[in-house]
Amino acid sequence: MRNKAEIVIIGGGVIGACIAYNLAHKGMKDIVVLEKNYIASGSTGSCGAGIRQQWGTEMNCLLSKKSMEIFENMNESLKVKRDIELKQGGYLLLAYSEKEFKQFKENIKLQNSIDIPSQLLTVKEAKEIVPQLNIDGVKGATYCSTDGHANPFRVNQAYVEAAKRKGVQFYTYTRAQDIVTQNDEIKSVVTDRGVIETNKVVNAAGGFSKEVSLMAGIDIPTKSERHQILVTEQVNPILKPMVMSFSYNIYCQQIPDGSFVMGYGDPDEQHSHNIKSSWQFLEKMAKKSTYLLPFLKDIRVIRQWAGLYNVTPDAQPILDESDKLKGFFMAVGFSGHGFMIAPFTGVLMAEMILGERLSMDIKLDVKRFEHDRLILEPSVV
Amino acid sequence: MNEDMIVCRCEDITLKELRDLIAEGYTTLDEIKRALRLGMGPCQGNICLEIAAREICKMTDKKMEDIKMPSKRPPISGIKMSELVGDNQNEK
Repeated sequence: MRNKAEIVIIGGGVIGACIAYNLAHKGMKDIVVLEKNYIASGSTGSCGAGIRQQWGTEMNCLLSKKSMEIFENMNESLKVKRDIELKQGGYLLLAYSEKEFKQFKENIKLQNSIDIPSQLLTVKEAKEIVPQLNIDGVKGATYCSTDGHANPFRVNQAYVEAAKRKGVQFYTYTRAQDIVTQNDEIKSVVTDRGVIETNKVVNAAGGFSKEVSLMAGIDIPTKSERHQILVTEQVNPILKPMVMSFSYNIYCQQIPDGSFVMGYGDPDEQHSHNIKSSWQFLEKMAKKSTYLLPFLKDIRVIRQWAGLYNVTPDAQPILDESDKLKGFFMAVGFSGHGFMIAPFTGVLMAEMILGERLSMDIKLDVKRFEHDRLILEPSVV
Repeated sequence: MNEDMIVCRCEDITLKELRDLIAEGYTTLDEIKRALRLGMGPCQGNICLEIAAREICKMTDKKMEDIKMPSKRPPISGIKMSELVGDNQNEK
């Protein structure tokens, strides 16, 4: 194992791998990534695999749009061995109240102003896109045809392999145990396989972002909570877009292999690192999804799993360098939408770490929580 | 051995695909599962994981007892959504 590095990235999920790739792409040498388990073993590998650009703040719209542009060219740009399984079947978002529909109208105006090809739909038009949809209670919808899906394992692995070709060293099954500091500077990272001297660390630890920050003596307002998912057997393609609703609280998509992947957010979920599956989820999920898409009744559920959302008080990530510890960078707290914005997040973090001017204005600093400058994104799950 | 042989019947994965992946450096079942979808089908890896474990042992210095089996996830076998919602009208 190396005993010195220019930078140590903690976390081998899509965020850590993507930052490593972008740093190496910009010419940085001696980059080490530590992953306590295997690649994509945490939140990346358990996510719902959706990618949407329909957001309610300009920053999120831009982050996701620029990320989608990278997803669209990823097979070529990263010279992947295995296709990332991008499916742009669109996202159909359903509104169940006039208030929600009004918000959708605002969102569409904003999205269209930066060339996201989303559109406002009447209930009838929504039904044309998904003929099987139960429209009871639906007041209107929005649709963006370029939203969709990519395979999180494949995307994560694609970044790992591209980064390795540029010299990045990945240590899997290697746990960061401590971050040694002296006079507000980072000195080294202690792992269960040895010590690595470094002045820069990136916290890309997903569900364990708080624990990794505390190793460096930095407290951040992130918490983890379980989100459960189920997947069905594979059937012929019958559902083109991701169907989603904030108020009805569901997302359901048929992925390219033919299975349906779906989930909802449990408002009573406690903060923890628990990722066990529950039968309560299975029953409620089946009720919710078959009400909305009755044809699902004949399809079998074959597997359940769960992963961690790493949430912040405003459900927006922290992309920042600590003001208390020089060289301690954070790309954490993605609150359930890290995968879909990972590609451009990696670009921005590499710019930040190298002291370059960021190619997009972001206000995702950690100090916003102290100064009550929360980001008011109306369209989060 | 015929390398076109299917080792994972749920996902139609051949022995050659499996061996190529191990040769690439994927030497744990969890990693192989996620790269190839091996074991992600309705049978949850009842057949293929054992085969994959044996192939890892043949191609690396690992022993069977060193190989960690991926998590078994519920449900044990496929359940129709209609059964979960208590609507069995379609079931005969």
